[in-house]
Parts: sequence; C-alpha cells; structure tokens
Amino acid sequence: MPTKSLLIYVGGRLLQAVPILFVIILINFALIHAAPGDPIDILIGGADATPEYIEGLRREFGLDQPLSQQFVTYIGKIAQFDLGYSLRYRESVLTLILGRMPATLLLMGTTLFFSSLIGILLGVFAARRPYSAGDYTATFLSLAGYSMPVFWIGQIMLIIFALHLAWFPTQGMYSLRAPSEGFGRILDVAHHLVLPAITYSFYHLALIYRLTRIKMQEVLALDFITTARAKGVAEGRVVYRHALRSAILPVVTVIGLNFGFMLAGSVLTETVFAWPGMGRLLYEAVGARDYPVLMGLFTMLSIMVICANVITDVVYALVDPRVVYR
Amino acid sequence: MRWSIRAWSTGKGMATTHIPAEPSWWRIFSRNRGSVLGAFILAALFALAILAPMLPFEAGRIDVGPSMAAPNLTHLMGTDELGRDVFSRAAAGLSVSLMVGLGAATISTFLGVVIGGLAGFFGRSIDALLMRLTEIFQVIPRFFLAVLLVAFFGANIFNILIAIAVLSWPEIARLVRGEFLSLRSRQFVDAARVAGASRTSLIFGEILPNALGPVVVNATLMVGQAMLLEAGLSYLGLGDPTKASLGQMLQEAQQIMRSAWWTTAFPGSFIFLAVLSLNLVGDGLTDVLNPRARGR
Repeated sequence: MPTKSLLIYVGGRLLQAVPILFVIILINFALIHAAPGDPIDILIGGADATPEYIEGLRREFGLDQPLSQQFVTYIGKIAQFDLGYSLRYRESVLTLILGRMPATLLLMGTTLFFSSLIGILLGVFAARRPYSAGDYTATFLSLAGYSMPVFWIGQIMLIIFALHLAWFPTQGMYSLRAPSEGFGRILDVAHHLVLPAITYSFYHLALIYRLTRIKMQEVLALDFITTARAKGVAEGRVVYRHALRSAILPVVTVIGLNFGFMLAGSVLTETVFAWPGMGRLLYEAVGARDYPVLMGLFTMLSIMVICANVITDVVYALVDPRVVYR
Repeated sequence: MRWSIRAWSTGKGMATTHIPAEPSWWRIFSRNRGSVLGAFILAALFALAILAPMLPFEAGRIDVGPSMAAPNLTHLMGTDELGRDVFSRAAAGLSVSLMVGLGAATISTFLGVVIGGLAGFFGRSIDALLMRLTEIFQVIPRFFLAVLLVAFFGANIFNILIAIAVLSWPEIARLVRGEFLSLRSRQFVDAARVAGASRTSLIFGEILPNALGPVVVNATLMVGQAMLLEAGLSYLGLGDPTKASLGQMLQEAQQIMRSAWWTTAFPGSFIFLAVLSLNLVGDGLTDVLNPRARGR
C-alpha cells in the first residue's frame, strides 16, 4: 500500500473529527451558561474563592463581554489545551487529568488484552459446536455478563475475594509497605489490579464472545472453508488460519467503536476499587461539584474516543485490502 | 367488494389446498425457552414494583428494624445501617428504575423514529444532514455527557430521564433510516404512490408499520440499557435524593459491605434480573418480529 495515500486517508479522517470536537466545546460552553446559577459559580466549581480569584476568572473568560466574544475566547483556551483550573485541587485541570491517565490506561489495557483473548477463544469454541450444551452455557453466561451493572460485579468480587477470603487488597493501586520500585512494586500493582481487571472484563468478554461466535459461524459456512477442508487442510489450521482471520476483523472494529462504553465502565470500576485513575477523579469531582474538572474530563475523554475511532478505521484500512482510500 | 376463496358454508365442491397457518406469535416466542423465562421474571418484577407501596414496611423509613439485621422472616432481605427494610426499599427503587427505563426508552424511540424516518424517506440533503448529526451523537461519550447534564442541572428524576433519553436515540435513528431506505422503493409502496397516496399516508400507512419490528426489539433492549445507565448515575451520587434508587442503595452499601453483604447483593440482583429478562425477551421478540432471523 502506498504510504502517501494512507497519509491522506488519515488526514481526511482527522478532519472529519473537527466538527465533533467543535460540538463538544459548544456543549461545554452551553453548559456553563445554561446551567442554573451564575456562570462564575460553575467556573469556580464548589470551592471557596477569594474575590481576587473571582475577578481574575471573570477577566480570563471575558464574562463581561458579549456571548459570541466569550465563545471565541473559550475556543482559544481549549485550542491551547487550557482546560481550566481546579480550585479544590489547586492544580490545572489538564495536569490533574494527565496525572490520572496512566492508571486508567493500565486498567483498560490489561482488561482489553485478557477479555479479547479469552472472548475470541470462547467464541471460536462455541462456533465450532453450535447448539451444543457448551454453546448454550457460554451464550447464557455472556448474556448475564452484560446484564449486570459493572459496579455491582465489583462489589460482589470485593465481598468474596477481598473481604472474606482476603486474597486481594480491597482498594487502591499500591500498598503503603510495599517496595516503591523494581520488581516488588510491579508485583504489588499487579496484585491490586487483579480484581478491578476481572470485574471490568465481564462486559467485554461477553461482547467479544458473542461477536466472535456470530462471525465465526458465518465464515465457517462459506465456500472457501469447505474448499480448504476438501483439500485436506488440518481442521485446526482451517479454523484458526483461514476462518478466524476473516472473522476477527469486524470484532476489532467493534472493540474500537465501543471505546466510549469502555471508558464508562472504567469510571464505575475505578469508583468501586478506589483505583486512582480518571474515573475515580470523575467520582470525586461529581461529589464536590468540581465543574471545571468535570468539563475537562468530558473534553479529554471525548478526544480519546475520537482518537480510538480514527485508529480503528486506520487499522481496518491497513488490514483489509478491500478498503479503498479516497 | 371482496372475493373469498374459501367456501364458508360447507366447502362442498370447492377444492381447497391446505396452507399451513402462520404459527401464532406466542408459539414462535415460546420456542425460545430463555425468552419465556425472561417474560416470567419480568412480569414478576413488574408486579413487585406495582405492589411496592403495599409492602409491610415503608420504603425509606428508618428504624423499622434493628440496624444491619441479616435476612430473616420479618425482614426478608435484611436491614441496612439505619434500620431500613432492604426489601421494601429495593422494591420502591425497582419501580423508579423501571419507570426511568420505560420513559427514557419511549422518548428516545420516538426521537429516533422521527429523525431516522425523515432521513430515510426524504433522502438527499436532509438525510446527509441528519445522519451527520447522528454520527456526532454516536461518537460523543454518552455516559459522561449524562453525568455532566445531571451534575449541572440538578439530580432529579426528570433530568435523569431526559439525559438518558436524549443520548440514546442514534441507534434507533440509524435502524429506522435503513428500513425506510429499503422500504420506500418496494413495489407495494410504489403501488400506493401510483394510486395517489399522500406522503403522510405513505409514511404512516405503508412504510412505518413494516419498519416497526426491529424498532420494538431495539426499544425493549433500550429499556434495560437505560436502567443500567440510571443505576450507574445514581451509584456515582447523581441519583434523585428524594427517591429510593437501586444504584443509590448500592453506593450506600459500599461502606458496610464487610458486615452486611445483603445490602449489596439484593438491590444489585434486582437490576441484574430486570436487565437480563429484558434482554431475553428482546431475543424472543426478534424471532417473532423478524422472520428472516428465525433460526433453529
């Protein structure tokens, strides 16, 4: 594939994201002004502010100017990655969010890896034995998996494995007494990661399993599979090399497009386990009505979702030769 | 005037070929045992939600029993730290949850049908514009926008319902648009058009009834999704403080999980059972309403 056309394709996809970004900024701006009360209270965000601070904010956001001028100022601030200031944390919102991002990405990455792996294997297993007892069991369990509120799964996990059996820590990401660097620290974090990651995996496992099963069943019924079998290709090779390769593409797309839902699950999981990520930050900000942090998180999470969508499309384009760039 | 092929009185002298009747919808639905189970659970939950005010203990009332009593014959699901009866409170919370779920699903289905129908029927620039809007709404992380809306405008049942409804219509809109696009050029619609049917009667008389199957299935699933969203919002502390809510009960239970597992286990299982049964019923309805998907 020519690199140049790929670059144009990626550029085009990024351009398509601009209106969405604009809408997100517009939503934030509209919320500041449409919410009941004075916009200045929103910008302070539920903390005690000195008169000088309030005066400074008024000037910074141009609150005495016409609304259109304020909007231009606001877009200018976002364009410079200025997401506002949290008086409660005494830190800029961007620094605050970036500080919490690694924990969330660690949790998401681990979950995504394991739930995709197990979900795809289970899906292949069930598709090879359609309507068997194993297929029915797995299908029912997957239905149950995405009918449960993720935070409730987390609480049940906590009660059983952390409180009663005491196999895992109840909350947080580190123990106070664990070594602060090296292998010991990695082990400590991994120990804390187990329960949140399992909790958070239920939904994705269910989703990926169901998709893989449907796609594999479709592909296994196609002619090229029959041909491969007739040629005498070993069954394992037919399933994993021939069928899975073409069945997995739509699965990858759906994982990418579900990124927004994944983030929502992450917030709730982090809240249950006091995992110090962006979700926990959201929970704290909701409790304190720290509006600048809430708006900043919404903007950052939206940007992450947009990026995930673009990356999914590009990966799809790279892998699937049928996609034509225009 | 209608000509009947079948002979009404005796059938004498008239040869009728036997055409197997289309099985009744319950027949098709009940082939899927999971769906029947789902329908029964759902009916039981609805009954419980309706009967909630008649339960022996008042839902939000404190000190109706000892603090943190384990489940027993008086308090079937135990009591919480304030001595409230978990069963009565969960039943009241369930009725609120179901109400929010049904309300949000109804509003968003209506929005989706209108937007998708307009886009699919008129096509061209209207379609392009509406679909662009739908795409934008699909990309925006919905849960967080709901959090923002409720946090900014106040945590009450009305705001929660509207926030969920306004954010859930894009799926239905896409679905309806697809159905309208494929149906509007079918022969029976062309026939009606040639016969001089107005736009309104084309949309409401010909196309919409034929597009409703998948919409009903999707609406059923959406009730469950909306209930999960509501539970998530109240768990984050954005529930209506004046109403019992399952998510809120779970948030409070977080503090006393170690000594009172029942305050977590029961309210959560209500949400789980409701969403699960809605998903199972949705599966069964797919079989009934979408003949193409009838497998097995």
